[in-house]
Amino acid sequence: MMPLQLLATSPVNLNHRGHYLHWGVIQISVANLVVISLMLLLFAAALLLPFPKGRASR
Amino acid sequence: MTLLEDPTGPQGPLRAATWTGRLRDRATKSFPPEQLLPDRQPIYVASWIYVFGVATIAAFLVVLATGTLLAVQGPQWWHRSGTGHYVNSLHLWSVELFMAFMVIHLWGKFWMAAWRGKRAMTWVTGAVCFFGSIGTAFTGYLVQSNFDSQFISTQAKDGLNSVGIGSRFNVMDFGQMLMWHIFLLPLIVGAVVLVHVLQVRRRGVVPPFLVHPIDLPAAPDRARP
Repeated sequence: MMPLQLLATSPVNLNHRGHYLHWGVIQISVANLVVISLMLLLFAAALLLPFPKGRASR
Repeated sequence: MTLLEDPTGPQGPLRAATWTGRLRDRATKSFPPEQLLPDRQPIYVASWIYVFGVATIAAFLVVLATGTLLAVQGPQWWHRSGTGHYVNSLHLWSVELFMAFMVIHLWGKFWMAAWRGKRAMTWVTGAVCFFGSIGTAFTGYLVQSNFDSQFISTQAKDGLNSVGIGSRFNVMDFGQMLMWHIFLLPLIVGAVVLVHVLQVRRRGVVPPFLVHPIDLPAAPDRARP
């Protein structure tokens, strides 16, 4: 495979059916669960991480 | 310009007689230049949670730019050429980021009750943007021009027919859905985003909750016997 083709290839093999988690009536794909978890992590990080100080005001 | 009142008289400030003049007066009163394009913000805005609003707008601009490219080049390009695939993916992932940033922005504003202080319209226009964006994204699924879009449209039609709007909003009509996706809905969402940002400029960023003085322990120098 050419280097450019390698670069264009997805690092994750997506050529299969999605994986789903079942919990009673709740059903969610692993992909959606990962995205929602990342969003929650980003939300928590935005609240907790210190914001860099800007330029001194005139 | 005709004036109703003498600006030098005791009747107060001048009032324009034409609708353009009145519109200008109202716009400059509601949005003074330093408020429309501020270069300073209150100290409480220095938090990462306030970044997600502008990140949403940045992602929206990439969505519009890549969508324009896709519209100009057409489906053969985005299905068959490498550059087309790339721009198609940019369009998809900028939408993913747009929705994710918007939802984090929504969470932040919900928990700080950002509708306080006459900011109800800011909240309402944000909610309209959110629901309008969902509609725009869903119509995007319908105009991919592949088997995926055909499958989604046949599933969506049953839901929409069950609520009686299938004859007006026919998800299996590719032309109608394309017009909704690339013209009507972006126009609506773009206009509401503009109003939302203007509302933020007009009312300012909502301040954090204040701790009521009664909840604070009395300072020694102010304590009463």
